Amino acid sequence: MANFIDRRLNTKGKSTVNRQRFINRYKQQIKKAVSDAVTRRSVTDIDKGEKISIPTRDISEPTFHQGQGGMRERVHPGNDQFSRGDKVERPPQGGQGSGQGDASDSGEGQDDFVFQISKDEYLELLFEDLELPNLQRNRLNKLVEYQTYRAGFTNDGVPANINIIRSLRSSLARRIAMSSSKKALLAELKAELETLEQTPGSEAEKIIALKEQIAELEAKIAKVPFIDTFDLRYNNFAKREVPSSQAVMFCLMDVSGSMDQATKDMAKRFYILLYLFLTRTYKNLEVVYIRHHTQAKEVDEHEFFYSQETGGTIVSSALKLMHEIQRERYPESEWNIYAAQASDGDNWADDSPTCRQLLEHKLLPVVRYFSYIEITNRAHQTLWREYEGLQKTHDNIAVQHIKQAEDIYPVFRELFKKQAV
Amino acid sequence: MSSKKKRAVLNDGPDWTFELLESYLVEIERVAEHYRLDTYKNQIEVITAEQMMDAYAGIGMPIGYTHWSFGKKFIETEQGYKRGQMGLAYEIVINSDPCIAYLMEENTITMQALVMAHASFGHNSFFKSNYLFKTWTDASSIIDYLVFAKNYVRECEERYGEEQVELILDSCHALMNYGVDRYKRPSEISLKEEKVRQKEREAYLQSQVNDLWRTIPLAPDPQKQQAAPCFPEEPQENILYFIEKNAPLLEPWQREIVRIVRKMGQYFYPQRQTQVMNEGWATFWHYTILNHLYDEGLVSDRFMIEFLKNHTNVIAQPSYNSPYYSGINPYALGFNMFVDIRRICEAPTEEDKRWFPDIAGSNWLDTLHFAMENFKDESFISQYLSPNMIRQFKFFSILDDDKKNYLSISAIHDDLGYQEIRQTLSQQYNLSNLEPNIQVQSVAISGDRSLTLRYIPINRIPLDKSSQEVVKHLHRLWGFNVSLEEINEQGEPIVIASCPEKVSESEQTA
Repeated sequence: MANFIDRRLNTKGKSTVNRQRFINRYKQQIKKAVSDAVTRRSVTDIDKGEKISIPTRDISEPTFHQGQGGMRERVHPGNDQFSRGDKVERPPQGGQGSGQGDASDSGEGQDDFVFQISKDEYLELLFEDLELPNLQRNRLNKLVEYQTYRAGFTNDGVPANINIIRSLRSSLARRIAMSSSKKALLAELKAELETLEQTPGSEAEKIIALKEQIAELEAKIAKVPFIDTFDLRYNNFAKREVPSSQAVMFCLMDVSGSMDQATKDMAKRFYILLYLFLTRTYKNLEVVYIRHHTQAKEVDEHEFFYSQETGGTIVSSALKLMHEIQRERYPESEWNIYAAQASDGDNWADDSPTCRQLLEHKLLPVVRYFSYIEITNRAHQTLWREYEGLQKTHDNIAVQHIKQAEDIYPVFRELFKKQAV
Repeated sequence: MSSKKKRAVLNDGPDWTFELLESYLVEIERVAEHYRLDTYKNQIEVITAEQMMDAYAGIGMPIGYTHWSFGKKFIETEQGYKRGQMGLAYEIVINSDPCIAYLMEENTITMQALVMAHASFGHNSFFKSNYLFKTWTDASSIIDYLVFAKNYVRECEERYGEEQVELILDSCHALMNYGVDRYKRPSEISLKEEKVRQKEREAYLQSQVNDLWRTIPLAPDPQKQQAAPCFPEEPQENILYFIEKNAPLLEPWQREIVRIVRKMGQYFYPQRQTQVMNEGWATFWHYTILNHLYDEGLVSDRFMIEFLKNHTNVIAQPSYNSPYYSGINPYALGFNMFVDIRRICEAPTEEDKRWFPDIAGSNWLDTLHFAMENFKDESFISQYLSPNMIRQFKFFSILDDDKKNYLSISAIHDDLGYQEIRQTLSQQYNLSNLEPNIQVQSVAISGDRSLTLRYIPINRIPLDKSSQEVVKHLHRLWGFNVSLEEINEQGEPIVIASCPEKVSESEQTA
């Protein structure tokens, strides 16, 4: 007779270890797929799992097996047209039809090995080895907010916080404590009085004395106040420090005639990455888009990425506007401020020193991190050199150069790589 | 069958309960005994779809050591299942004693009954009685051995690091199919013995290897030097065994891992050669047993319709020109051959009497049991494939010679072709035709210790390019130069792969 065993409640995920081993082993390839995916995705759907595809040949397990060629004879079912000795044209390799039955074991499968990783795994791989810039400093002068929470009861406070139930409870307790012995005596005297009154011929003085005693006791009992300041209980509230979880990210971009759509797309990808990265750390993340040519303007996302302007380039206008907005709406005591600037490097030569001044004195002291990426194939110009100079004296500015879309992810990693503590 | 005794029809679900499974099992077991199916004790485990995927990934092993390739298999299975490209198999059955069969929880009672008949009685009896399984596997010790292997690998990982163990396992997996002595019965193993023996082996093997590679000359004996210039004396087909015993640089634990993989390869060796028979046999019996129950009035019409629908799907054989065609369906071929043998026994035609004089008209049950016990796919087909079957499947054979620029039809289902098709189809299941014949040829014992393997092609079929990769793995195990030769048409050996590669700058790791 057979045994039935119900294994349904056994632990799941017997293969999890093996799956993990697989992912670790092919981390390089998977990471590449992840960074490819970043460039493909739009802002809205970037926060979910990802389909990973790895070329099959990279993960194949080699064995000795027969290759193509040589002479072989195979039997197939379902003959509907052939007679002995027929000559048939050789079907294209890998094609179906007359079916080279061994295509599967000898043909080199060129299909990619495709599988899904979860959102968490995706983000984990995407941001692996990355750290928020200046995390250490962040920790030291962390921005705090206060949050009020209930913290039991106290004996004093403002009338608005009186806790009625607790107050009445102690009032009752006090009244019982102060009057119960008297009440007991009173009841005794009353009983005595009654017996005396029932007894014919009892002494009148005795009754009068008893009555006086009773009146005296009753007055004493009535004097116990219903509520006393001593009884009052108040709800207590305390304040707790909570680290600020809000951040603002300024996206600055040059939209002058020299920036074409392809360049903007690259910049967009960079912003997407930054946005994603920051959302992992901050609950409340606001984004301010500032575009500029000779003048700067705050715009919405769509206009930021897709409208075309012409004209020259004055970068300092954007920095000025950013400074204004930051002062008005995002005081540095409450917000973690990040800024990312993208440009093709063009700037009116006289303006670059101004940019440096602005950054050095107004912006860098308040921002957590300022990143500048230059998307160009040409030689660097004045702006790059000014910024590069700043990089030496400040540790919260980073300057990187991007040539093609493929560079974005590595550059992003470079910008935000874990800083050695 | 005395259909006189009226018995209640079993509940046809569709939902199942353990009591209901039990009552079906009792009936199935009774019928199986009636047909003399000799089985190991059954252990039936109910699992979820997810656990089924786990079981899949472990190549049907209930317990396995940790390796990334199983993870890859799992991901593949999971992806295929999620996208609906692939349904999960209804059942997995493990050649062990007791014989473990898995039932998936979402199946209906009909499917559960089918699986029980198929796996717990069909496959189970095949495992117990087929000569290849009897010779090559030991059902009573396999679970113990798997536990031993899992623990051993884990211990090694703890001691020597996951990476080191993974390297060895990768290399061994590449050679897994070359770990069988085809002509020797392996000795039986059990867990306790295995542990004791493993210790002894470790010490002994190391001493042997050291002896082989002893550098201090024993005594100057010119005659001996002349007599033993060649090692191994004969070519060795069991490459993993050869490595385990003779690789000069392997640590004892590495040898043990080689041995574990070799044992796995050996465990699967019969399965690779009996796919058609094994599936055919199991399918024949689930069909026969459930029909028997129906004849007795124990199962309902609804049950039978659902069962037949599934059964028909299982044994469907698309034609060569169908988009669904992917070779011959072993279930279809095997099932129909067993049905055909029964037909030949019970109602032979003139043709059958000519082709199968010894079984035409004999007791079909005896004949079937005999066929199941004493053959493997290759010999089974060459013995029992009847002209009737060839006509039924409309078999034809194609000769593909890469020296000609057309294919030719060498035989079809007519009088001239029966023998040839039977022969060709049988060879199609001959493992020695499917797997390249590669053997250890020689070792330069007194030279640079290089290892030479030799590939002997059949019908000029070359080795696949991936051999270069396998040779690299071999090099990792051997530790010194490894080269692979092919015997060309003139009978001369030509090196087709080597590690370190001859052309590139040497990447000596030894």
